[in-house]
Amino acid sequence: MTRFADHLMIAPVVLPMFAGAMMLALGGERRRNVNAALNVGTTFALVVIATALLRAADAAPTGVAGVYRLGDWPAPFAIVLVVDRLAAVMLLLTSLLAAAAVVFSLARWHRAGVLFHPLFQFLLMGINGAFLTGDLFNLFVFFEVLLAASYGLALHGSGPGRVTAGLHYIVVNLAASLLLLIGVSLIYGVSGTLNMADLAARIPAMRTEDRALLEAGAGILGVAFLVKAGMWPLCFWLPATYAAAAPPVASIFAILTKVGAYIVLRLHLLLFGDDAGASAQFGGEWILLGGIATIAFGAIGSLASQDMARLAGFSVLVSSGTVLAAIGMEQIGVTGGALFYLVSSTLGLGAFFLLIELVERGREPGADVLAVTREVYGEEDDLEESSEVGIAIPATMAILGLAFIGCALVISGLPPLPGFIAKFALLTAALNPSTGAVSTASWVMLPVLILSGLAALIAMTRAGIRAFWASADRAVPRVRLIEVAPVGALLLLCVIQTIQAGPIMRFMQATAQSLHAPDDYIRGVLGSAAERPKRLKGPT
Amino acid sequence: MEIILALGIGMLAGSGVWLILRPRTFQVIVGLSLLSYAVNLFIIAMGRLRTGAAPVLAAREAGDPARFADPLPQALVLTAIVISFATTALFLVVLLASRGLTGTDHVDGREPEP
Repeated sequence: MTRFADHLMIAPVVLPMFAGAMMLALGGERRRNVNAALNVGTTFALVVIATALLRAADAAPTGVAGVYRLGDWPAPFAIVLVVDRLAAVMLLLTSLLAAAAVVFSLARWHRAGVLFHPLFQFLLMGINGAFLTGDLFNLFVFFEVLLAASYGLALHGSGPGRVTAGLHYIVVNLAASLLLLIGVSLIYGVSGTLNMADLAARIPAMRTEDRALLEAGAGILGVAFLVKAGMWPLCFWLPATYAAAAPPVASIFAILTKVGAYIVLRLHLLLFGDDAGASAQFGGEWILLGGIATIAFGAIGSLASQDMARLAGFSVLVSSGTVLAAIGMEQIGVTGGALFYLVSSTLGLGAFFLLIELVERGREPGADVLAVTREVYGEEDDLEESSEVGIAIPATMAILGLAFIGCALVISGLPPLPGFIAKFALLTAALNPSTGAVSTASWVMLPVLILSGLAALIAMTRAGIRAFWASADRAVPRVRLIEVAPVGALLLLCVIQTIQAGPIMRFMQATAQSLHAPDDYIRGVLGSAAERPKRLKGPT
Repeated sequence: MEIILALGIGMLAGSGVWLILRPRTFQVIVGLSLLSYAVNLFIIAMGRLRTGAAPVLAAREAGDPARFADPLPQALVLTAIVISFATTALFLVVLLASRGLTGTDHVDGREPEP
């Protein structure tokens, strides 16, 4: 690699930071057009950078495209940034979702409150940093960056509903951050290192009396990330916050739960993989059970939701629960399927959050509540509507309806969109394990996953009928092209994911393979095996 | 010294947990502050308790790690203090906004039904 390409790795962190700072320096709110241009430019630049990093990671024989040592200190002492296949694919997903959200916001939402653009860039900085970092404490710092920005964005547009939901969101996440700190410091106290790769190298040789403390630290750390990933019973803040947030914000928030799931996936397989000695598979069954409970809770919640925004919030829970349950199964094929599912469901949910606002725009608030109440009390809709058969559907409604069908297919996992392929791959791998018989977990996973798809389909169909087949004299929402285009683009990405399913699935399987055998990652970060630090015990 | 520190952390954490479970926003923010103090002390404790040991090597002196305190937890706790200070300030703003918009200091934005 050339000198320039080496430094490309840190660009996903540094570029948004400078862009955000520049927006503030240029006058913040008074120059909104300049800020908007900077925001769009930076976000699309991030898409290009993430694509380049993904190509580099895919081309690298070990899957680790590079290790960036800040200050050029040797690895266990300095903070490192690591680009491997998983980090690269998450970076690309984030930047694509961000590009759609920022274009959507230009139509009107970025004027709903102050400092939307700088906060958006700082959020991207935090997310990208959390994906790239190879150091536990640095991870905490990036988490705080992304959370601080997300607090601001969750309140974007203000109003009593957002402030109350935002208040709960902030309290829950501040408490979770404190748990994160306790976990990180416990792990440091026992092992004497904060570098993830170094920690993974030390765990097999750890003394038995230290192991209990290490596992306690890892457990507390896990709880902190599972709060962010929205695992039941730590998820009650999520649907209200996501439903209350402004649409472009909710759309980018679809990736936030995946940040939590990403960390769980990374640390679980790195620290407690098969090589971890007595600590191998620590916590796996809890992640699996929690994931299945989350799917069930999300599915029941989405059936019970009376408006689309809450329905989307509960769909986020189902998606996050599916990924967590798949992580807990600890099979290479299942992990590969889960990664494919993660990408498709995040894109679908991002599109859905944007679409909701367009569909709801023409309706009086509370229409959904009335509709469901009518169903319960058995009142029929007015029969006069039958006389209006044959009226052409307005083009706007047709486009929105098609987009809605697309979102419903992705979220509920029906063919031909990639949600189906992902669930199919996941279940096929779960029911054809490479060694031994099919586990009980797989037999539980099968009905839960299929029933959650059915629940999503019922809930989406009901919402769709109420939104699109309502009385024809409703005002057609005024929708601009730059609001429909991002939704269409996200769904187009889903279609591409279907068409290119073969290569993408091979890439995801390779990613899962290297996650389950983290030797390459550890060697990539710490240098060759000979240079590994000899001192494998913690300080006493 | 260990027992005093342990009791201190325990009391701060206990009071903090009790307070964040209370329904008034002001109690919640005080609870979060107390919890963050407890966590900061805990981070220091994880670097082992030492008195009279400097965390930096003196110039032109052979470094014998046994004679120095662990500098890393001190750097970590400094970062943690700054971050928790900033997020508490931010939460204070949201608390005031919520009080202004809903007219009550209940965390749900409305008084519970009697």
